[in-house]
Amino acid sequence: MTITAEITAKDVCYQYTNSSALALNNINLTIKPGEFVAIIGPNGSGKSTLAKLFNGIFLPTKGDIFVNGLNTKDKDKIWEIRQKAGMVFQNPDNQIVATIVEEDVAFGPENLGIPPKEIRQRIDEALRTVELTEFANKAPHLLSGGQKQRVAIAGILAMKPDCIILDEPTAMLDPVGRKEVISTVNKLNKQEGKTVVLITHFMQEAVCADRVLVMEKGRIVMEGKPREIFSQVEELKKHGLDVPQVTELAYLLSKENVPLPRDILTVDEMVDCLCQLL
Amino acid sequence: MREITIGQYIPGNSLVHRLDPRTKILVTLAYMILLFALNNFYGYIFPVVFLILATILSRISVRYLLKGLKPLIFIITLTFVLNSFMIKGRVIYELGPLDITYEGLVQGAFMAIRLILLITGTSLLTLTTSPISLTDGIERLLSPFKKVGVPAHELAMMMTIALRFIPTLLEETDKIMKAQMARGADFESGNLINRAKNLVPLLVPLFISAFRRADDLAMAMEARCYRGGENRTRLKELKMTFIDMATFAVFTLFAIGGIASRFL
Repeated sequence: MTITAEITAKDVCYQYTNSSALALNNINLTIKPGEFVAIIGPNGSGKSTLAKLFNGIFLPTKGDIFVNGLNTKDKDKIWEIRQKAGMVFQNPDNQIVATIVEEDVAFGPENLGIPPKEIRQRIDEALRTVELTEFANKAPHLLSGGQKQRVAIAGILAMKPDCIILDEPTAMLDPVGRKEVISTVNKLNKQEGKTVVLITHFMQEAVCADRVLVMEKGRIVMEGKPREIFSQVEELKKHGLDVPQVTELAYLLSKENVPLPRDILTVDEMVDCLCQLL
Repeated sequence: MREITIGQYIPGNSLVHRLDPRTKILVTLAYMILLFALNNFYGYIFPVVFLILATILSRISVRYLLKGLKPLIFIITLTFVLNSFMIKGRVIYELGPLDITYEGLVQGAFMAIRLILLITGTSLLTLTTSPISLTDGIERLLSPFKKVGVPAHELAMMMTIALRFIPTLLEETDKIMKAQMARGADFESGNLINRAKNLVPLLVPLFISAFRRADDLAMAMEARCYRGGENRTRLKELKMTFIDMATFAVFTLFAIGGIASRFL
């Protein structure tokens, strides 16, 4: 059987027990194997809640979530689901368990009952992927935020997941750390072929995704390729979101009758287009 | 705070470092019992020689080892002074209503040496054993008692997490302290009661954040398939080797010597 969907959400609603409003309202989506999906939305739009439903930390109040064809409500399959869909959280400090980097990366495989020899291999491989091999024996609290977050990613990689869900992994990092983490995430998707779901509120980070979902008040309000989404500057602003700086610049310039395409996403593209104009 | 050497690990690859943590824990325990079993000064020769031998083999600098005594100098001195005054016997010197006796001085010195050996011996254990292997060793040593309800794995996991979060929480304390000082909080002046009261604006946010961290960590651990100690494997498996056996044998010899000295 070939699996055609990594994650499927069917009519998913979610309500926190102490709130009357729906945090998620009738979400339907499919994430394909190898796809890089970015979910953006303002605070309280339900994007983090959705992420936590993807690996069964929360269970939908209504509807179903399937990971690799397994329902997250199936109690017997929950560990298999969490192994398949690994999750990286916002605060790097609060997800590192051990006092030494390699011990922390080992935590996941240890829980899965992998033999020690293979754990060793997996640690080396995971640390190589996130480029932290030389930090294997360091204490995590001596690392920078970006490095800590990469340790957390390595810890997930060592469980050999098909899909990695990152819940605002860069929200607490400085610009350098942000860059490190995002380039690692790109590498995971492009080189390692992992399915990536990136929750973020930095628009710039969503640019390299295959598909962008925009959420507002528990619903998916826009969906499409980054270029399609970000060219709709007014629509995005209506949902309380920003567009990447260059895109906004292109938008403003074209409003002033400078003949620029509205779907410019990166500085390089902007430079190219401007040079052609001259 | 940062000067405390007890409980700090110095990475290394010496013979003592390579010993199975279980061996080190058991020998340290037996060494402590031995110290309390001795009843005269000659007996101290045995633990002292053993400690010197272990220190040389561990390649830990003596200065560093003795640094661990620094925060405890007060307790050691107090023990010595109290013993010198409290024990009745031949009076050497009168100090007002208090007498210093010969027996008191001897007993005081005896106790002080015992304390010093106790502290240096246990710090040698923590200096040569990483926190992780220490908790691993404790978990293994306690695992036979699982059947009678001792939560060996849980205890070890709690210790690991506590060790992991000490630096994080220290950093946080520092940050909160600065933030409250910027708002006019005063942590340094006033009497003891006032100072304790002034700690409230430090402790409340610290506790709240610690609980939030605990919540986050629990979620992250579950996301990484943590479900207790059942069916868990370990990256580093503990193995007793010939060196461990030799260590036990050597220590037993010293212990026999020590016990024999009681009957001198």
